[in-house]
Amino acid sequence: MKPAPFAYERARSLDHAIELIAGAEDARLLAGGQSLIATLNMRLSRPQLLVDINRVPDLDRITLNTSQIEIGALVRYAEAERSAEIATHAPLIAKALPFIGHPAIRNRGTIGGSIAFGDPAAELPACFVALDGEAVIAGPSGTRVVKADAFYKGLFESALTPRDVLTAIRIPAATSETRTAFAELARRHGDYAMVGLAATARAAGKALSDVRIVFFGVGTTPVRAHSAEAALATGDIEAAVKTIAADLEPPDDVQATGAVKRQLAGVLLRRVARQLMGEDA
Amino acid sequence: MSERFHDIALTVNGEDVRERVDARKTLVDFLREDLSLTGSHVGCEHGVCGACTVRVDGVVVRGCLMLAVQCDGTRVETIEGVSDLGEIADLQSAFETRNALQCGYCTPGMLLTAQELLASGRVPSRDEIRAHISGNYCRCTGYQAIVDAVEAVAQSRAGGRR
Repeated sequence: MKPAPFAYERARSLDHAIELIAGAEDARLLAGGQSLIATLNMRLSRPQLLVDINRVPDLDRITLNTSQIEIGALVRYAEAERSAEIATHAPLIAKALPFIGHPAIRNRGTIGGSIAFGDPAAELPACFVALDGEAVIAGPSGTRVVKADAFYKGLFESALTPRDVLTAIRIPAATSETRTAFAELARRHGDYAMVGLAATARAAGKALSDVRIVFFGVGTTPVRAHSAEAALATGDIEAAVKTIAADLEPPDDVQATGAVKRQLAGVLLRRVARQLMGEDA
Repeated sequence: MSERFHDIALTVNGEDVRERVDARKTLVDFLREDLSLTGSHVGCEHGVCGACTVRVDGVVVRGCLMLAVQCDGTRVETIEGVSDLGEIADLQSAFETRNALQCGYCTPGMLLTAQELLASGRVPSRDEIRAHISGNYCRCTGYQAIVDAVEAVAQSRAGGRR
């Protein structure tokens, strides 16, 4: 299908983008467009105005601060895959990127677009929560920072209002104690996952602390598995797998039934736990 | 007041193009309908099949997931241009020799996507080739012959450099 008619404006600056979306009834920001334009083509979305932020300066930078790496919203997946900073300081993101779509999608799609859109089956929102990241949000009354745990509120709902622009995400830079792991099961490479899992922990010898286990494709947002986190901190992988039923109630969807998803979640949890503990999965 | 119609200027296969476009027109529809470059095909129109693959500023993109109006100031290359320049003559020949196409619907996208992998200069493994073309559907060949063709070209290009 073809999109319904809409007006288009190219934002020259961040302030210009905020001004443009503030002045319209029903405006959408256009970043990489790899989800948005598909929904326009299918007429699942019919905005009056698209505000293209692709040429807004300075949103495509990767910056290392003292203890954080800041990834600009317009950094494209393919650029992030080539980034030595991300490979070194955000290894979880580096592990997840090859699972996102296909090369042509990764050449256009942006980190900020994925975080802001918040597809519950997408890889990066789960990584963002697992990494205990922060979203940097610019709006009409200035800039604010929202923690990842408070960012996602419901299906395609986040701390972003229709007048906000996500400008960057910040994540704690990995240290020698940081452990990260990522796994997903999809029917075809690059498809949305039936179930996926992003995890981080701090290693002290063989023990793990600060375990964060975040599933995707199992609910309306990325889902933290709190009971599994507590069980993994004691080193008991099988106990953690047994808690899955308590942590997750995946609904049936086009990919798989909820029961299958729960079973697969346990399989992935075993793999990821072994990765966190430094063994090959 | 925000407008639906915009003037754009870009190069397509090296030629300057100036057109007025409706903001809702996708790049692949612009190429096919306004410029009569029908080598890029329209399949699923939501980024899954890869039939609409073209290059914008040197990288492959989905022609159905980019708007023509976004291409103002860019350099667009289609299968027609890349073919005429001879850049992929060896790959096209390998596709023909190995029956890596039947109906041909996926072929332009498949060629441009494979060329991006081959341009890296390495000889990719068969698994890497499969992962790289995973976003391009072929409903005729079963992919085996396509992987064969891409692998053969990677090897022959590497051999030619020795």
